[in-house]
Amino acid sequence: MSVDSAIETELNREIRAEGAEAASAAALDRAAAEGLVDVAYTIADTPIGGLLLASTERGLVCVSFHDLSGDAALEQIAERVSPRVVELPRKLDAARFELDEFFAGRRRSFEVALDWTLIDGFRRHVLQSLAAEVGYGEVASYGELATVAGKPRAARAVGTAMATNPLPIFVPCHRVVRSGGAIGNYGGGVERKRFLLDLEGASRNR
Amino acid sequence: MTLPPFQVALESHRDDIWRLLVASVGRDRADDCFQETIIAALRGYPDLPADSNIRAWMLTIASRKAIDEHRARQRRPEPVAEGPERAFTPDLEGPGPIWDRVRDLPGKQRSAVALRFVVDLDYSDIAFALDCSPEAARRSVHEGLTKLRQDLPRELIADERR
Repeated sequence: MSVDSAIETELNREIRAEGAEAASAAALDRAAAEGLVDVAYTIADTPIGGLLLASTERGLVCVSFHDLSGDAALEQIAERVSPRVVELPRKLDAARFELDEFFAGRRRSFEVALDWTLIDGFRRHVLQSLAAEVGYGEVASYGELATVAGKPRAARAVGTAMATNPLPIFVPCHRVVRSGGAIGNYGGGVERKRFLLDLEGASRNR
Repeated sequence: MTLPPFQVALESHRDDIWRLLVASVGRDRADDCFQETIIAALRGYPDLPADSNIRAWMLTIASRKAIDEHRARQRRPEPVAEGPERAFTPDLEGPGPIWDRVRDLPGKQRSAVALRFVVDLDYSDIAFALDCSPEAARRSVHEGLTKLRQDLPRELIADERR
């Protein structure tokens, strides 16, 4: 083997990257400590599947059903909140802990702070009314929620607000059903809505 | 068009950044340089134009951190045990003995050789990383290889690592 080709062979030899993952984790921890992470996220395992939980300094900003939205939710966050989106599970420990309690039947309301950045205007107002007024185990119709939100004729807009809820479960849009008694739609699918209502023991009109 | 979440960019290019740094500064110093690279990348990420070549951008940052590290090391006194006749100890965690020699090349040649061979950047991206013309980048790689050829006794590289 000539010196030239031996040099090229050596230079082209694949360098192992085993240290990269641990180094990444350490770097991201440091980045978080230095305030360089705008959105932290994790995927939490729950009885209704993997939930993407994403949080800013202000609070939980997005919850999404990972099997349905996949990476699209993260891309939306990158576009609408900040591209500094990083996987940092420990930043979501409080939210995950509350979810665990909720699914174990030991929690009836959530206490983690919410960041409403991803929704505004009347839709945000409707979701805030929902979070404040429709408690665990209760249900409300779209029309009833429209009334609570101060616009009794805006049932359709209420439906849109539910469909675009960036914080499902924590803002309980699963408690909003059709006035005729049907369960109505759900962003995570009707099966999940039924599971959540059963979990809470909501019985009315179903 | 918008920037992908930083996590996506990081996972796509993490291993290449790591390899580049291991080759450029050695395994021992790679951790610190890697952290500096990620911190600097996160700091600048929101201002990066969305149509940028993110890989080349991140590797450029890594390359500059490696240069900073070399400068810092030059200011530090060398450990006593390490003389010019450094042994070629096989190091399975490390990048291979040739890179010890690459690290002794002049700065621009060292960076150019690493960018060319470790992460396969083309000459226009190497030029971007080193802030020079593509011709100068090509020349730096060529000069680096020439120097390696002169400096490296044949028996040292014929000894294949296992």
